[in-house]
Amino acid sequence: MGATQTHSEYQYENMVGKTGFSTEQIKNLHMRFQQLSGNEKTLRREHLKNIPALANNPIKTEIIEAFFDKRNQLDNELGSYEEIGFEEFLMVMSHFRPLSIKTSEEERTAMRRQKVRFLFNMHDTDGDGKITLEEYRKAVEELLSESGTIGQEGARAIADAAMLEVASTNVPNMGPDDFYEGITFEHFEEILKDLEMESRMHVRFLDMNTANLRCGK
Amino acid sequence: MAVLGPGPASFRFGSVLLILLILSGSSWTRDVPTGRNDTRPELNRERDGQNRDHGNNATKHKAFPVLELNYDYVRMPFEISLWILLALLMKLGFHIIPRISHIVPESCLLIFVGLLIGGVIKAIQEKAPVMDTKLFFLYLLPPIILDAGYFLPIRAFTENMGTILVFAVVGTLWNAFFIGGMMFAVCQIEAAAAAHVSLLSCLLFGSIISAVDPVAVLAVFEEIHINELLHILVFGESLLNDAVTVVLYHLFEEFSHADTVTVGDAFLGVVSFFVVSLGGILVGVIYGVLGAFTSRFTSHFRVIEPLFVFLYSYMAYLSAEVFHLSGIMSLIACGVVMRPYVEANISHKSYTTIKYFLKMWSSVSETLIFIFLGVSTVEGPHNWNWIFVVFTLVFCLLSRVLGVVGLTFIINKFRIVKLTKKDQFIVAYGGLRGAIAFSLGYLIHQDEGSKDTRGMFLTAIITVIFFTVFVQGMTIRPLVELLAVKKKKESKPSINEEIHTQFLDHLLTGIEDICGHYGHHHWKDKLNRFNKTYVKKWLIAGERSSEPQLISFYNKMEMKQAMMLVESGSAAKLPSVMAAAPAAPAAPAQTAEQQSEPTPERMIPKISKTREAEIRRILRANLQNTRQRLRSYSRHDFFMDPFEDNMSEVRFRRQRVEMERRMSHYLTVPAKQQETPSVRKVWFEPEHKVYTYDKNESTRPSDSAALLDESNQRADGQSEREKPTRCLSDPGPDEEGSCFLPS
Repeated sequence: MGATQTHSEYQYENMVGKTGFSTEQIKNLHMRFQQLSGNEKTLRREHLKNIPALANNPIKTEIIEAFFDKRNQLDNELGSYEEIGFEEFLMVMSHFRPLSIKTSEEERTAMRRQKVRFLFNMHDTDGDGKITLEEYRKAVEELLSESGTIGQEGARAIADAAMLEVASTNVPNMGPDDFYEGITFEHFEEILKDLEMESRMHVRFLDMNTANLRCGK
Repeated sequence: MAVLGPGPASFRFGSVLLILLILSGSSWTRDVPTGRNDTRPELNRERDGQNRDHGNNATKHKAFPVLELNYDYVRMPFEISLWILLALLMKLGFHIIPRISHIVPESCLLIFVGLLIGGVIKAIQEKAPVMDTKLFFLYLLPPIILDAGYFLPIRAFTENMGTILVFAVVGTLWNAFFIGGMMFAVCQIEAAAAAHVSLLSCLLFGSIISAVDPVAVLAVFEEIHINELLHILVFGESLLNDAVTVVLYHLFEEFSHADTVTVGDAFLGVVSFFVVSLGGILVGVIYGVLGAFTSRFTSHFRVIEPLFVFLYSYMAYLSAEVFHLSGIMSLIACGVVMRPYVEANISHKSYTTIKYFLKMWSSVSETLIFIFLGVSTVEGPHNWNWIFVVFTLVFCLLSRVLGVVGLTFIINKFRIVKLTKKDQFIVAYGGLRGAIAFSLGYLIHQDEGSKDTRGMFLTAIITVIFFTVFVQGMTIRPLVELLAVKKKKESKPSINEEIHTQFLDHLLTGIEDICGHYGHHHWKDKLNRFNKTYVKKWLIAGERSSEPQLISFYNKMEMKQAMMLVESGSAAKLPSVMAAAPAAPAAPAQTAEQQSEPTPERMIPKISKTREAEIRRILRANLQNTRQRLRSYSRHDFFMDPFEDNMSEVRFRRQRVEMERRMSHYLTVPAKQQETPSVRKVWFEPEHKVYTYDKNESTRPSDSAALLDESNQRADGQSEREKPTRCLSDPGPDEEGSCFLPS
């Protein structure tokens, strides 16, 4: 692993700056990446789909898609990849970094925005910058899909109610012929501001011990 | 807020004083029959007269007593009722005097009243009713704890469980040993004149006074509306430290009777801690499961549902107390376990009953506890020892601060959301002592020659309680303002937040799985899955067992909206579900509906103005019809739910489905909508379509006003339209069960 080692080390430094992870965490994540991808250099959708634990997750398609979404990388392009390298993987993971006590106010706001952006991208599947009713309905349907029973109508009613709520909160003075096209990012931020994403949306990377990592296959 | 008009303040004060006098008079009357003092001469005379009459009965014909006085017969319930009644009138009185209730928390006022009453009673030289330990632990405390446990915010509690446990266990242990040890050192000082107090007694004292009291914390924190995290930290600590207190108390009490204390005994003490806490929780869980299981079958006999909840919980408490396990933890565990299943099973009315009864009982208990605390203070055996008391106070505060700061330092290494200095201050400052400490102090046996000790301890305990409740209780509110601590956010149930909370849960679980990391979310997810597949099937009746949480949340919200709508009863307003406009001012129902009233219309996509007016008129008419229908039993007595015999709940469900339908209509987006106009029209079918859940009734003629011209549409769109209407997140009768059965 000699050549790969130095190559990785050089890259690690780069990534520490970009993603905010520590070298230790990056190393662990790299090992996991290699486990998942079967030691290949890139990860494809099938690799992620093969993780058994993920099978029960109602929104697994969205989650997997998020990894391949170009918008979650720094470049902010549209579209999606077919396969991703470790750097992209890490970039996506960095959205789930926890806060530290030294985070300043601006950093908190920036982190919150980044996390909310991630969620927004998960919902906005066609990339037009708005979550339309159809997209929202789909999201709620997926969320309820594991119960299997409620089906389209129930999910639809809930999604409709949610949209109505967003509209009435954000655009209280719509004209009679106005038409609420979709939830923009600002509106989305607004309705979720009470949830305090920066403290809730995180995973404890600190405790990751590669010895305990289960192989995805 | 003022029930009496803005009358003269003197009138109000006068009425409060009058109540005070009556209260003291009531205890006065207690002793009349037993003590033959001539305080009520006319009463005695009359009774004597009667006796004499009876005695002479053989010889003289006695006139038939038209009016008799027999106080003995009703003495006990009469006095209890009188006490409770007057205590509550007192509490009511405080809210009429607005100035004071803003500054002074209620608990202080009640203690003060108790002091006054105690003083008055003492002046009359009667024996005051003292807070009997049995009375306190068996009757007064359980309602408060049950109320707290049943409505415990589970999510916040479990998220902070580690922190709470550390504070409760380690913090209390530290407090107990620190205070006990330091007081022992203080007792050795010459000036204290308390050298006879042994180390074990001091440790016992320390263990009694170290525990944060849930009653006091609740009473004070409820008024300051602090943010959820701090509230759950302090409150959770006060609940969970009961186990520690129980163990330490019994431990030291046993030891103080024993000759020697060995290491083995100490080890047993540690073991007993685990037994007490885990055993208590186990007892609570068993009763909770029993209660949930029972509630599954109560659909035919709804009236007694609340009773089951109360009785099972009380039994859990008592059963735990039988084995000297922690009754509080058992009660909390029972409430927490029982709640989700019971709420899915019982009717809405029962839920409301449970909520209000619990609030009522806990309110009464709290009031009584504080008043009795005041009365017992005046009464109890006192032994004022300046040095002892002052040092106790100092060390209590000191140990609390040190404990909180030290533990937070360690805890913050493991927490994601760290506790700031402000948080630590509030947690430390919120460590109030209360009636539990007092009752435990009362329980201390009087050993030979240590009557002074007991008195000294009690005095110190009371002083600490008074200090924490009065000084800390009164100043915590301005301090919270001063430090700009985050307050509790106005919790409006927002469906977006709920959706995203769940979404986030799944997302984080997914990410953890991708990382291969079995973290917090993974186990929570596993527990939820277990809950859904096995437990819910057993404990929840019928189809509700497969209802996902989001649906239940949505249902509840809808029902609330429906009720608000019906209560507001205004004809001019269009119904709208999400009346959750951002700022809902004083009259929420009215104004919220006004605010959101424009919104649904505005979202009608590109309908002409005339059509809009038509729609509005029709809907208004329908709404009126609906309301009229609500008042009478409709002959469309549908079989929505054969198990549900609660008619009004059905009405609400009806209303809700109604609104859902309307709202769905409003949100139809033409650009991406696949529905044809004819289908859209069908949405306007008369509401009885909603009512008639039974396929057989579908052809029943409309009995509402003439709607849009879709009667011709009815034939084609009907059958497929019906199904979705019924399927709308509503457990219907068996033939619709197919909508809900898990695949």
